[in-house]
Amino acid sequence: MTTQISEPAADAAPDRPDKPPRTPKTPRYKTTWRKAWKRDWQLYTLVIVPLLFFLVFRYAPMLGNVIAFRKFVPGGSIYGETWVGLRYVKMFINDPNFWEVFGNTMALGALSLIFTFPLPIVLALLLNEVRSRYFKRFVQTVSYLPHFLSIVIVAGMVMQLVSLEGSVNQIVRALGGDAVSFIQDPSWFRTIYVSSEVWQTVGWGTILYLAALTTIDSQLYEAARIDGANRWQQTWHVTLPGIRPTMITLLILNIGTFMAVGFEKVLLLYNPLTYPTADVVSTYLYRVGLVSNNFSYAAAIGLFESIIGLTLILSANAISRRTVGTSLW
Amino acid sequence: MVTTDTTLLADRLDKPSRPRHTSLDDSRGYRIFRVVNAVLLLGVVVVTLYPFVNIVAQSFSSEVYIRTGQVNLVPRGFNLDTYKLVASDPAFWNSYLNTVIYTVTATAISIVLTTVYAYVLSKHRLKGRGLLVGIAVFTMFFNGGLIPNYVLVNGLGMTNTIWAIVLPNAISVFNLLVMKAFFESLPAELEEAAAIDGLNTYGILLRIVLPLSKAVLATMILFYAVANWNSWFQAFLYLDRSDLFPVTVYLRNMIAGATSATSVGAVETNAVAISANIKAVTMVLTVLPIVAVYPFIQRYFVSGVMLGAVKQ
Repeated sequence: MTTQISEPAADAAPDRPDKPPRTPKTPRYKTTWRKAWKRDWQLYTLVIVPLLFFLVFRYAPMLGNVIAFRKFVPGGSIYGETWVGLRYVKMFINDPNFWEVFGNTMALGALSLIFTFPLPIVLALLLNEVRSRYFKRFVQTVSYLPHFLSIVIVAGMVMQLVSLEGSVNQIVRALGGDAVSFIQDPSWFRTIYVSSEVWQTVGWGTILYLAALTTIDSQLYEAARIDGANRWQQTWHVTLPGIRPTMITLLILNIGTFMAVGFEKVLLLYNPLTYPTADVVSTYLYRVGLVSNNFSYAAAIGLFESIIGLTLILSANAISRRTVGTSLW
Repeated sequence: MVTTDTTLLADRLDKPSRPRHTSLDDSRGYRIFRVVNAVLLLGVVVVTLYPFVNIVAQSFSSEVYIRTGQVNLVPRGFNLDTYKLVASDPAFWNSYLNTVIYTVTATAISIVLTTVYAYVLSKHRLKGRGLLVGIAVFTMFFNGGLIPNYVLVNGLGMTNTIWAIVLPNAISVFNLLVMKAFFESLPAELEEAAAIDGLNTYGILLRIVLPLSKAVLATMILFYAVANWNSWFQAFLYLDRSDLFPVTVYLRNMIAGATSATSVGAVETNAVAISANIKAVTMVLTVLPIVAVYPFIQRYFVSGVMLGAVKQ
């Protein structure tokens, strides 16, 4: 049974020995576009519609960022009317609100990273020590479930739990405290946000680690054991190095999405009372742009955010390639 | 023989990933650890499930018990009135129907676009392939942002139409790469043989490749369908007419309405407590289809994630 099911796994594993040499390296002689078209025109026709999707819904908005430097009139051209230079960039640099939400974004991003990055590793390692296959599978199945919920549901559940008469306040009362209006208290927002993030993502986050754990050569454990390593030492010296590439890849991806901290979740969970800690760059630009109709100003902020995101992921990738030799590309 | 059943990938996670422990490991400390570990993992299970149990309990409880904070694991003052109330609201069913329509349409569009693009990307001999891959992958790391997207969708006149929901996110690059990886793993000989038999590219895709790809197609359909079922922001942004709202927006407005009532500083009122009741029912009804099919679809998702990861 086990050998049967491991077959496709071996087939899909990255290090499979019989990988056909179809990826580059082998010199191929250049075909002209004319010949390529003649041979593959049917493939090229297939690409037209998806390519249109990318051009219209992905690249046109990228160009649309020029409105950060142009005056935009609702209903006019989506690329704006006249150049105004760096006016909107200067505007947000001098906007104290912007720096406040920027700080909030950093804080929320850092806190989320601190908790949602290591916890799946810990959970995967704990699951890895479970001997009963059924218990392991049960825990996995349950822990993946929150991943499948709409963020609206998650926000709804969070609000019910932390409401004045919700379960959390019942515990507070049982312990002799006074009920706290968590959802309206800025000092609680980060805790609520990060806990719900952990609740929703940790179980699902174990999958890639569990997959990586299965690829560790069991001979390494044998060798470690012969050398007298106990269970914990085996984990430290064999298991963790074995999943290091996965850890680094996921860390890079996490850093890349640092600035994009759960916009939708914040939007659902925050309210004017919690703005001092809850308002992040994306929600601020949402209100500036779409609620107050300052499209150009909001676009300038959004462009700044995207550029930081891109810079973060490129630098994280470069650093990890130089220092540990693992990178996304 | 190549296995095309990618769901088997999920089974990898069940393999013992570490040799069974031996007497050498059987120290007192490790035995204690195993007990602690089991307790910890049970704790994870309890914490994960608690919010679900809680809203189900609330949905069957009468409002007075929720308002006084007495509903946790079991319903108090059991009744079905709230369910009847929500079920008798035509707006709820209308939004539910909208969700179904949006999900089916969006998933169909997404599957077709993703499949054909992934198939083309899997053809390594194709000139310009690198560029086509680059066009897709770059959008994972840089996107136009909220405002330009909004301006564009508005400019295309899509507001208050289904197109604003189903088109702007039609292709998920992650899913695209998963499918591409799958197509690349198919043996080239099959297609070569089909080509010799006189099938053209379209015929090969439809009659040879797709029948071999049922498992991965199912995975993709589920990925897209769940994402569409759960999505709310597109609809929230581009739809003003409440008869077009999907159920997530219906629910969101319900929740937001309750918060704004309390956030102006008002003490908890009856209205808020009642809506806590109704909110619970609406949440249960929204989440029900997902939770009901979850045990069956879960493995497809795990496989999909792994298929995407092993080829990265």
